[in-house]
Amino acid sequence: MLEIRQLHKSYPIGDSSLHVLKGIDLSVKEGEMVAIMGSSGSGKSTLLNIIGMLDEADQGDYILDGLPIKNLTEKKAAIYRNKFLGFIFQSFNLINYKSALENVALPLYYQGMKRKERLELAMFHLEKVGLADWAKHLPKELSGGQKQRVAIARALAADPKLLLADEPTGALDTKTSHEIMEFIQHLNDEGKTILMVTHEEDIAAMCKRNVRLRDGIIIEDKMVEQVRAQLYV
Amino acid sequence: MFRFLLERDTWQEVFDSLSKNKLRSILTMVGVWWGILLLIGLLGSARGLENSFNRLFGDFATNSVFLWGEKTGMPFKGFQEGRRVRLSLSDTRKVAENVDGVEFVVPRNQNQSLVVRNFLSGSFSIAGDYPLLDQVEKKKLIHGRFINQSDIDDRKKVAVISDEIYKQIFQKDEEAIGEYIQINSINYKVVGLFEVPNISMGPSIDIHIPFTTFQQVYNEGDQIGWMMITGKPEYDIVQIEEDATLLLKNLNKIHPEDNRAFGSANAGKQFGKVTGFLTGMQFLTWFVGIATLIAGVFAIGNILLITVKERTKEIGVRRALGATPFEIKRQIVVEAVFLTLVAGMFGIISGGLILIILDHLFGQGADAALVNASVSIAVVFIALIILVILGTLIGLIPATKATSIKPIEALREE
Repeated sequence: MLEIRQLHKSYPIGDSSLHVLKGIDLSVKEGEMVAIMGSSGSGKSTLLNIIGMLDEADQGDYILDGLPIKNLTEKKAAIYRNKFLGFIFQSFNLINYKSALENVALPLYYQGMKRKERLELAMFHLEKVGLADWAKHLPKELSGGQKQRVAIARALAADPKLLLADEPTGALDTKTSHEIMEFIQHLNDEGKTILMVTHEEDIAAMCKRNVRLRDGIIIEDKMVEQVRAQLYV
Repeated sequence: MFRFLLERDTWQEVFDSLSKNKLRSILTMVGVWWGILLLIGLLGSARGLENSFNRLFGDFATNSVFLWGEKTGMPFKGFQEGRRVRLSLSDTRKVAENVDGVEFVVPRNQNQSLVVRNFLSGSFSIAGDYPLLDQVEKKKLIHGRFINQSDIDDRKKVAVISDEIYKQIFQKDEEAIGEYIQINSINYKVVGLFEVPNISMGPSIDIHIPFTTFQQVYNEGDQIGWMMITGKPEYDIVQIEEDATLLLKNLNKIHPEDNRAFGSANAGKQFGKVTGFLTGMQFLTWFVGIATLIAGVFAIGNILLITVKERTKEIGVRRALGATPFEIKRQIVVEAVFLTLVAGMFGIISGGLILIILDHLFGQGADAALVNASVSIAVVFIALIILVILGTLIGLIPATKATSIKPIEALREE
């Protein structure tokens, strides 16, 4: 599903440069649920951004579903993102002047889907996250948990191969975090491959595999016994 | 390529993002609205002014010149300087025959006489004229007719009087046509009443009588006071005046370089000055209007640039969701064009309203300052097309800026 070999990335800081990723090797199979962990500055977000094609590696290979991701033009990257990836952000990143339904439909808009079909499909996904009644509401009228559920519905809308979550529970309280995690686990149960960045141990424990980064290298990569979020709800 | 313009989604996106911040959108439009309003208002006023000048000159053959004799300024062929020059009817004929481009030459005699009717009297300027005068200086007749050929042939004692005279020697609402007035104790029958023109070359005339009558009554013989030369439209009236003057100097034994022998009033020259002024004003109008318009479009570009900065994160999200740079650019350009167009339309409409108001204030009556202040549809369309082009160009700046940032940096923006 996902193959990463000897990935390097550095950022220029003034005259010198900051070596953020120092040779990452990572392989993720279909249906996995991986938590990438590490303290801030460990390079975990950079790794996720490269996987998400939002950023480009300096060195190394990245193969997604058999497709080498290298030297992409912005246009191609956009198409790949749209086709293969679903994003869930810490701060939800919903477009604040669009209704929940329209937010969910946005990736489909960029796929060129007709409005009617698009809104139907978006509605289907909103129903799945249990927010069908809130379809016409603007993000500011929703609670944090609801916003994140809309964001999840949006990430799912284009039926991506890989779901990328950057601290999906970072802005939520514990109870809501568990609700969201329960939902993500449910998606994984259905077969979605999920890659998540987090620094919370209890959230990581709810994944099936934990990858720990420190100073740009993987120091630990282990399978864990998944804790079902349902137990906390 | 432009199929997207017909899609509801495109416009939904534009509408959404513009209505998101109405104040911003409205402020953005004010610049262009003001620009096009000024352009339309100025162009319309300039046109109105031009029309009003044209109306003033309209009754007047603008390619004509009035010539009269004065005193010589140089001794020539045994004559002393200071000799009085009198033109004659034969001069008139020779000018008509020999000068290139002359349409016709009309002689005139003129003096100041006492006019009496019953107990009212006044001193007015009397001119002996040919019917042809009507073609040089179109007379607006309120009642009756102008002098005709039969008046000339029979030396009839008839008079065409101005409305000013009518007011002075007639009672209010009194019928003037057919009445008699005395000019230097000779009775003349009033056959016409004309309106004093807004503009006239040479002296203003109160009463026109037949040239031949004048000749006889005042014992003028062959002598004339004036000649009015009208050139053919394709000839330069200034050149005609030069040629005619030279010929007349030759005929009257005047030094060729004597500039004081003849007086003249050249309508073409005067008219040229006015048209030059109008052209200048029109240029100024266009310049100011277009400069304002461009400033307005730049305002749109400027505000869109700020907007793009504000929307960096949104653009980042859209790109993470699969929007290509082209799609992002396209949307910003469509927004810019849409804003300029809507603002432009409002500008055109309000410019039209301003012209209507100007017309009501200054465009009424015979001596209105602005006549039919208006802008042609072609100009409006050209202005709109320019707006679309400028809007596109100016929209490209923020659009390029928006996509030059990497999506990851855009997302990081708080």
